[in-house]
Amino acid sequence: MLIKFNLNGQDVEVETPPARRAVDLLREELNLTGTKEGCGAGECGACTIIVDGTTKLACLLLAAQLEGCRVTTIEGLEHENELTPLQEAFIAGGAIQCGFCTPGMVLTAQALLAKTPLPTEAEIRSAISGNLCRCTGYQKIVESIRLAAHRRAGELQ
Amino acid sequence: MKEVFRPRTFSELWQLRRQHENAALYAGGTDLLVQMRAAKINPQTLICLERLAEIGRIEEFNDEIAIGAGVSQHHLLENPTILKYFPVLCQALQALGSPHIRNMATIGGNIMTASPAGDTLPPLYILQAELELRSQKTQRRLPLADFINGPGQTGISPGEILSRIFIPKEPVFAGHYFEKIGLRQALSIAVVSIAALYNISTERKITAIRLAWGSLGPTIVTLPEVETFLIGKTLNPATLNAAATLVEQQVKPISDIRAGADYRRRVAGQLLLRLDQPANYRQTSA
Repeated sequence: MLIKFNLNGQDVEVETPPARRAVDLLREELNLTGTKEGCGAGECGACTIIVDGTTKLACLLLAAQLEGCRVTTIEGLEHENELTPLQEAFIAGGAIQCGFCTPGMVLTAQALLAKTPLPTEAEIRSAISGNLCRCTGYQKIVESIRLAAHRRAGELQ
Repeated sequence: MKEVFRPRTFSELWQLRRQHENAALYAGGTDLLVQMRAAKINPQTLICLERLAEIGRIEEFNDEIAIGAGVSQHHLLENPTILKYFPVLCQALQALGSPHIRNMATIGGNIMTASPAGDTLPPLYILQAELELRSQKTQRRLPLADFINGPGQTGISPGEILSRIFIPKEPVFAGHYFEKIGLRQALSIAVVSIAALYNISTERKITAIRLAWGSLGPTIVTLPEVETFLIGKTLNPATLNAAATLVEQQVKPISDIRAGADYRRRVAGQLLLRLDQPANYRQTSA
C-alpha cells in the first residue's frame, strides 16, 4: 500500500506491504538505521520515535499508521550538520556508552523538554522509565537531560 | 497479513466488518502486534481503530462519565475530569507500562485484552464501570464484572465492538488507593495489585469500602466477606491485620514465572495495611 507522511521535515511517499512495522519501514526501506530494535515487544524503548509530538514505539506501529503523520527519528534532530544542544549535552555528560539506547533516550528527552522545559529529576526519571539502558545506570543520562534543560534556560534569560 | 484498514466512522467500520468477517481489531496495538510478531496469531486482515473518532472522546454527563474505548491511557491521565472523579484509576494508569506504552495503548484495549493483570481493571471493577457494546444493528450496556470471563475471554459477540466505558460519579469516596507489586517499577506486569475505595467517619469508623485485586485469579478478585467484615470497624492496623488474615484464607492464587502462590497470598492481604496511611485518604472536591 502507498503511505504518505512527513518524515523529519520532508514529505515522503512509500510503497510498502501493509504488515510492515514502522521500525522495519524506517530501517530497511528508508535506510534510517538510527531507530534501533531491541525487544520488539514494547519493553525497551530503543525504537522510540516521535509521531505528531508524542513518543511512540516503532516496533508496535504498523507502517500504515504513519499515514498523514509528522514523524521525527533521531536522524531528524540535527540541523545543517549541527547536533542539537540536547545531543551535545549527552556527549558532554558521558550519557552514551554502547549507544544502542541513545536514539530512543534522546528522542524521549526531546519530547519531554518540548512539553516541560525545566523538568525536575523525578519528571526526567519518569519520562525515561520506558527506555532501558544497560550501560550507564541512568545517572549520566538524567544529568545530561538536566544539563540541556539548564543550558537552554540560561540562553533564554 | 494482507491488509490494514483505518476506519474513521462507525459506518466505515460496519462496512469493513461485513466485507472482512475474520478481521482482527486493534487500537493501540501494544498487545496485538506483540502476539503477531511471536506468530501466536496471524490475521489476514487488520482493522485499526485509532482513527475512529466516535470512540475517542471523554464526555461528562449529569451522573456519569463516558470514556471512549479508543482514548489513550496518556490522554486519560491528562484529563482533569478523570483526575477529579476517579483518582484510583489515575493511580493505576500511572503504574501501567511506560510513558510510550501509555501514549499508544487505550483503555478499551486494556479491557478487551482481559488479562488478570490488566492494571485498569481493579479500579474499573470497584468504580462499577459499565461497558457499551455496539454493532451495526445493536447496542447494549452491561457491567464490566459481567463481561470478563477469564484470561483473554470476554462476552463480546461477533460484529460487536467495545465503544464506551461509563463510570458513575456517585457514590463519592474520599479514600482512593491503587498499588501494584511488580518486579520493577516501570514496564512490569502485576504480581499482585489492589484497588480500594473507602470512606471513614470522623471517629475513623469505616463507613463504606470496595476492594479488588489483580493477578490473584483468572479474573479480577473481589471479596465481599472482607468488605462486610471491615464495615463499621475502626480504621487501624489491628482491623486491617485481621482483614488481611481473612484475605489470605480466601484467595487461591497461582505460582508462575513472576511469583509463588504463597507470596501472592501474603502480599494480597498485607496491601490492605496501606489503607491506614493518611496520604491515601484525601478530601475530594465533591
